[in-house]
Amino acid sequence: MPHYKAPVEDMMFLLRDVFRVEDVFAELPEQKENDLETIGNILEEAGKFCSEILYPLNAVGDIEGCRLENGVVRTPQGFAEAWKAFSDAGWGGLSAPTDYGGQNLPRTVQILVDEMLSASNLSFGLFPGLTRGACEAIEAHACQNLKDTYLPNMISGVWTGAMALTEGNAGSDLGLLKTTAVPRSDGSWTVTGSKIFISSGDHDMAENVIHLVLARLPDAPAGTKGISLFLCPKVLVNADGSLGAQNAISVGALEHKMGIHAQPTCVMNYDGCQGWMVGEPNRGLAAMFTMMNAERLFVGVQGLGVADASGQTALAYARERLQGRADDRSGVVPIIAHADVRRMLLSMQSFIEAARAMAVYTALEMDREKFHPDDAVRQRAGENVALLTPVIKAALTDFGFEAAVAGQQVLGGHGYIREWGQEQYVRDARIAMIYEGTNGIQAQDLVIRKLSLADGQPVRAYFAQIHQTLASAAMDSYAAALAEPLRAALDLLEGVTARLVSGDLASADDRNAAAVDYLRLFALVSFGWMWLRMVLACAAPGKTLLEPRVRHKRAAATFFMQRVLPQAAALTQQIGAGAGSIMALPDEMF
Amino acid sequence: MKKILVPIKMVLDANVRPRVKADGSGVDLSGMKLSINPFCEIAIEEAVRLKEKGLAEEVVAISIGPAKAQDILRQAMAMGADRARLIETDRPIEPLTAAKLIRIVVEEENPDLVILGKQAVDDDCNQTGQMLAALLDWPQATFASAVAVDAGTLHVTREVDGGHQTLALPLPAVVTTDLRLNEPRHCSLPNIMKARKKVLDITPVANCGLDMAARLNVLGVKPPEPRKAGRRVANVSELVRDLRAAGVI
Repeated sequence: MPHYKAPVEDMMFLLRDVFRVEDVFAELPEQKENDLETIGNILEEAGKFCSEILYPLNAVGDIEGCRLENGVVRTPQGFAEAWKAFSDAGWGGLSAPTDYGGQNLPRTVQILVDEMLSASNLSFGLFPGLTRGACEAIEAHACQNLKDTYLPNMISGVWTGAMALTEGNAGSDLGLLKTTAVPRSDGSWTVTGSKIFISSGDHDMAENVIHLVLARLPDAPAGTKGISLFLCPKVLVNADGSLGAQNAISVGALEHKMGIHAQPTCVMNYDGCQGWMVGEPNRGLAAMFTMMNAERLFVGVQGLGVADASGQTALAYARERLQGRADDRSGVVPIIAHADVRRMLLSMQSFIEAARAMAVYTALEMDREKFHPDDAVRQRAGENVALLTPVIKAALTDFGFEAAVAGQQVLGGHGYIREWGQEQYVRDARIAMIYEGTNGIQAQDLVIRKLSLADGQPVRAYFAQIHQTLASAAMDSYAAALAEPLRAALDLLEGVTARLVSGDLASADDRNAAAVDYLRLFALVSFGWMWLRMVLACAAPGKTLLEPRVRHKRAAATFFMQRVLPQAAALTQQIGAGAGSIMALPDEMF
Repeated sequence: MKKILVPIKMVLDANVRPRVKADGSGVDLSGMKLSINPFCEIAIEEAVRLKEKGLAEEVVAISIGPAKAQDILRQAMAMGADRARLIETDRPIEPLTAAKLIRIVVEEENPDLVILGKQAVDDDCNQTGQMLAALLDWPQATFASAVAVDAGTLHVTREVDGGHQTLALPLPAVVTTDLRLNEPRHCSLPNIMKARKKVLDITPVANCGLDMAARLNVLGVKPPEPRKAGRRVANVSELVRDLRAAGVI
């Protein structure tokens, strides 16, 4: 039967051999004590928790789903106990500040634990993920009193967090939102409005839910510059920290969804509830965007995690399922003998392992941005993170969904029925392409905003890093051969980048039409870069890597360069065709 | 009890497929995932539970092995051991050598109880605990599935062929753990972080002054023969005839 095992050894390969994180952490005063042994122990224990406690609840949660009973959300059987175990073990505080009870561990470790959470139980993983996002926003922008009142209980898991942005008529365009906030005499606010798609909006796992709500002040300017952020607890908190009266917050409905059934996605009504402003008036969206990069990296990793869970089942099944014959083997063979099945497995693995490397690379940049003592290093790292955020969010979830479909396909009919869990991964993976800014929006962000960020310096610096790796590939004959197709694809990427920034494709329509293809091209080259770095790490002198790992990495890298990266040429051609064929038809003739 | 000593061993992870070295001298451990022996993990858990019940004041974990064995000692401390000691050696350790080295530590530490796994999953010797008890001339209770302490007497339920046997032992004593004694806990994140700061004392094996010469002679190590393909027989009499010919009935 299916089973999920956290890929701790592959993670440690990335941390130790590819990115040498001990050297990076040594430069970050708050992180310099983090040694690989401790990180390894943390990942092992987190992996055990995910495999043994969260994974067995994944199918249960999908089948049972959440229920709304008399205005109260009931989570599936076992979820409340799992949340308590998760909180008791301190996992919610992994990267949270020590001042409020966290461990202040690097984002790099957090993101790997996030992958395990997403792989073993995506619905569950959203509870700590959103709570962390809310905590980061409060920590960055709220007044000291709010921090002291709310952060310790949110970090310890006594309370959870929810982010209330979307409204019926304000989704991708939050400037249209209508929820209002009017001041009270005591400095707090009365918040009124209705929000939809609120993950973890209400549940029975913790005694309070802390909502961060976007709303407009009475005199606010129209659009995104008139939005403020409010903290509205489900249950009001007394001055001594004890719980008081119920706030005027209620669940309007539970959304009926394609996947993540165990996650209570709510319609929330704020009926004149009491809230406290977080940050400055009319600066709410900016406050929310502080933790947007981290949230989007988290969502990207969800695509990766679900893909890996599906891939593990597909691989185990392919080794055991006996069907058909192969020329060089006697009798009926396991289907892993067939080239087409191997193609599917390698397409999954060549994505998963490169995506994991990309997530670690980006998380390390976030750690530099947060902890490095040198302003210039922090600035550069921050710009690199800004550039890569839409790529990670969209590419890891797009490719992650494709991988989940491949993992389903390997099982044939058994992938379509419920028993093996593969169809759940397909349904669950789908949401990550949509929420936290659709992947279309991510692509627009990349092409329209991020390519021209800081005069294009971040994207030039990023490509320069790839060139640097290409130059060093000569040291290993295996890497040198793989470098050639990557160099060619990078040339194509640099070419279209120039055309989109200030060349013949720089019109609004051309950029908009090119965005999704461009992001995919950017991601393919990035994955290729990660593969080259992994192959080079395998060849580094003085390494005692196991032969199976080296052979696996080389084979998957070769597969990627020969059978995935060639898409770069077609994408370049598609982008080069411009928006003409897309914009020619009048709306009514579609 | 003032102190419980828990000797633990680092072994090839139970989920990893062992590979024999090319020269047939042993199992190849280089680069492989090494973990705490599962029976030893149960021993740590039991000692920590006794401490949590207020029946012991201190739990000390020790291991004999390479520098890498610090990892399993950190894990033992994350589970709740108060401090740890490593007797560092890169040589494989035979049960009698292990028992003699543990005796040296027992004489320094003066524990009231030594709890260790009944066997290690690498060589399955199942000897160290018994040898240690003999060397110390302490009472022993092996294959424990339940441990209780009552007024300075240890009550140990053992799994034996005929069922269960309960022994009462005066302290100090040696106990070895069976699988059903307990289910080891998940370590919490704060405890993993605290374990980093706990004391881990390393002693080179040479300082123990023990004759480390091998007393066992390894003739060779090879993987089990792969299972041979079966064949179909036409009827029962043919089956009986062939089984007779094979000498199995």
